[in-house]
Amino acid sequence: MDPKRARESPESAVLSRPSAFPDEVLERILSLLDTHKDRSSASLVSKAWYHAERWSRARVFIGNCYSVSAEILVRRFPNIRSVTLKGKPRFSDFNLVPQNWGADIHSWLLVFAEHYPSLEELRLKRMTVTDQSLEFLALKFPNFKSLSLLSCDGFSTDGLSAIATHCRNLTELDIQENGIDDISGNWLNCFPDNFTSLEVLNFASLNSEVNFDSLERLVTRCNLLRILKVNKTITLDQLQRLLVRAPWLTELGTGSFIQELTPRQYADLETSFKGCRNLQTLSGLSEATALYLPALYPACANLTFLNLSYAALQSEELARLLAYCAHLRRLWVLDTVEDKGLEAVGQNCPLLEELRVFPSDPFDEEIVHGVTELGFLAVSYGCRKLRYVLYFCRQMTNAAVATIVRNCPDFTHFRLCIMNPGQPDYLTREPMDEAFGAVVKNCPKLQRLAVSGLLTDLTFEYIGTFAKNLETLSVAFAGSSDLGMQCVLEGCPKLRKLEIRDCPFGNKALLSGLEKYESMRSLWMSACKITMNGCRLLARKMPRLNVEVMKDEESNDGQSYKVYVYRSVAGPRRDAPPFVLTL
Amino acid sequence: MGRASGVDEDPASLNLRETELRLGLPGSQSHDRSKPTLAGVSIFGKDLEFSLSPSKNSAAPVSGAKRGFSDAINGGKGVGGLFSPRSGESSVNAHQSAASNSKPLSKEGFGASPQTKTLQEKKSQAEAPATKAQVVGWPPIRSFRKNTMATNLAKNNDDTETKSEHGCLYIKVSLDGAPYLRKVDLKTYSNYAELSRALEKMFSCFTIGQCAANGLSGQDGLTENCLKDILHGSEYVLTYEDKDGDWMLVGDVPWEMFTDSCRRLRIMKSSEAIGLAPRAMEKCKSRD
Repeated sequence: MDPKRARESPESAVLSRPSAFPDEVLERILSLLDTHKDRSSASLVSKAWYHAERWSRARVFIGNCYSVSAEILVRRFPNIRSVTLKGKPRFSDFNLVPQNWGADIHSWLLVFAEHYPSLEELRLKRMTVTDQSLEFLALKFPNFKSLSLLSCDGFSTDGLSAIATHCRNLTELDIQENGIDDISGNWLNCFPDNFTSLEVLNFASLNSEVNFDSLERLVTRCNLLRILKVNKTITLDQLQRLLVRAPWLTELGTGSFIQELTPRQYADLETSFKGCRNLQTLSGLSEATALYLPALYPACANLTFLNLSYAALQSEELARLLAYCAHLRRLWVLDTVEDKGLEAVGQNCPLLEELRVFPSDPFDEEIVHGVTELGFLAVSYGCRKLRYVLYFCRQMTNAAVATIVRNCPDFTHFRLCIMNPGQPDYLTREPMDEAFGAVVKNCPKLQRLAVSGLLTDLTFEYIGTFAKNLETLSVAFAGSSDLGMQCVLEGCPKLRKLEIRDCPFGNKALLSGLEKYESMRSLWMSACKITMNGCRLLARKMPRLNVEVMKDEESNDGQSYKVYVYRSVAGPRRDAPPFVLTL
Repeated sequence: MGRASGVDEDPASLNLRETELRLGLPGSQSHDRSKPTLAGVSIFGKDLEFSLSPSKNSAAPVSGAKRGFSDAINGGKGVGGLFSPRSGESSVNAHQSAASNSKPLSKEGFGASPQTKTLQEKKSQAEAPATKAQVVGWPPIRSFRKNTMATNLAKNNDDTETKSEHGCLYIKVSLDGAPYLRKVDLKTYSNYAELSRALEKMFSCFTIGQCAANGLSGQDGLTENCLKDILHGSEYVLTYEDKDGDWMLVGDVPWEMFTDSCRRLRIMKSSEAIGLAPRAMEKCKSRD
């Protein structure tokens, strides 16, 4: 008998015998796995499973486009239909990454054209996409169905024209918050007259006016349309006409919600909203006023997600609207609703799981409106199921946060932004350490944390000690010494993304995480106390990490750097611009 | 919004706080920042200001990243890096001084000059956030949202026909039955009496006729007191449209709150004011 076989366990003996479990069956079974985590786990079981998994995988998610190359991707997964790619570091959303940094989709598309000609879906976040790329996409992939671009840049509405013109099977066009060159709304006219497959259309963040007749005809003939988010140029009476055509929408983004309507028009609008019985998500509502909001009430019964983050509502208006939204699970608002509006949230939405409060006027320090700790408290008393919060405010106290997390221990995402950097507890004048200490102590499920206010190393000691499920941490203007960052790197086993700006963490802190970085997706540090030598040392000790350094041009002594560290199986990137130094 | 104020702190905001039912220390928000009390906390209110970044976030919805380094204000690099006095821009590592007193950090005189800069900034255009000093990328809001809110704010200001520049507050005034409207700058008055007198003068030409008709001519002279009598009598009621779009009776709220929320004025015939100002009606009736 083969000595090797004798030593094998019974299970592996079964698996290694070719006839025991036909590949096709294994593939069929594994194709039922849909989460990336499950698939990754399955691929590690054995060689057979690895191969079965890679042949059966249809959707791939790449959280950092530079962690792997297109060549490696297509070699491992031959049958991909859907690709999700994230590009630039998150702080690029806030102007901390210069233009032309990279994350260009084009090189990927070239490889896909050759290996994934049947590609159906592309979902991009923080990537650079040119019109040329969009045209290439439209022409080279005849089965292409679904395009989602979030926070991308580099293209114009001409690129959208190419998509509309050539993608005969398009089901989804989702354009969100991109740095786009908005030339005109003509792209909408490019959908051919016999094109009927659209299910999702989101152009809410485009500013150019579209031809309403084209839109109306498009909506009429695409009877599978379930998600429609129009832009501000669409008026209320135009919206009414669209709703009549597509009452079965599950997600609606309105245009401008202010207009002089005749009573007849208002009645028609109300009727149309009444006809929308399937609405789960509502957004848009720019410039909504108390006058016309009531038209919405009949459509709110089944609403689970209400996005008012572009509607500057006052507290009364919000309160009246929320009385109709008892099933709300997710709510995004502007801080114009103030604490009083948030009280209404606490009173009306017991099922609420997610709350985001955005600042309406973040740069005016004279503003004394907005929300305070009281609004957050009020929500926490009424919405015990809260698990995701993003809260921009101008004042907060340790005591309030402690109470909030006692009320809501299920937080998975806690992002608190006290807008003045380094501001202490406004009542006690103490640092906000105890607030975040309370968060990590009371919320064992915490995955994502963003801290703000005046913070010492103590905050990070707390995080390192208690936040055992933490995956993403964002830090700005906080900490006292290297110890802070060290605590986090040593204490948080599940940490994947760490982004830091304007903190007194230096080389010692950076180098304390040597082994850690390979288990993380990425580390970003800017305006800290890192030196070039520290970065070089890191790069030398950890060859499988890409250590990219950018100079901070505005610094006095030329010693301020932005450092981006990430693991990669693709080696240093070949498309780095001159201002990015790969060590 | 509060952006309308010129050099001074917006007084309306104070009154709003006084009259609003809020659970908080009065004036706890704006005042504390100006007190140089504990641990340099006040730094992060007014004192920590940054010089103008030229048209940072113009309304064009182009990715902020385009502006690149030229706008990177962060000078924070190393030990105790605080302000870079050259550019007058500050690294907000200044917080370190507050964070741990045990660390001796070099302080480069922050306080006076950044404060002055603040006032200068406020005197200049209060247009889009572009012209306001800010740390790069803080607060962390996506460019798209920043640009959208800036546009909305500008639009709202236009709609309400107020000019925030140079502390003017022009609003339309209409008188029922008059062939044309007038405009007044609310900022030039400090109380209701002054506004009332100004309106009287403005619209006297329209009401003289009525005065005579009502037999209100008298030794006092038609111009001075006539409109006043008419206003305070039963003929007219002074109303205004507030920023919520509601029509309110002038005189109920403190003056500063009124100027903050008033969008337009209408001198309404009291016969039409039924339901709007029932108290005023009662008052008028009781005077007769």
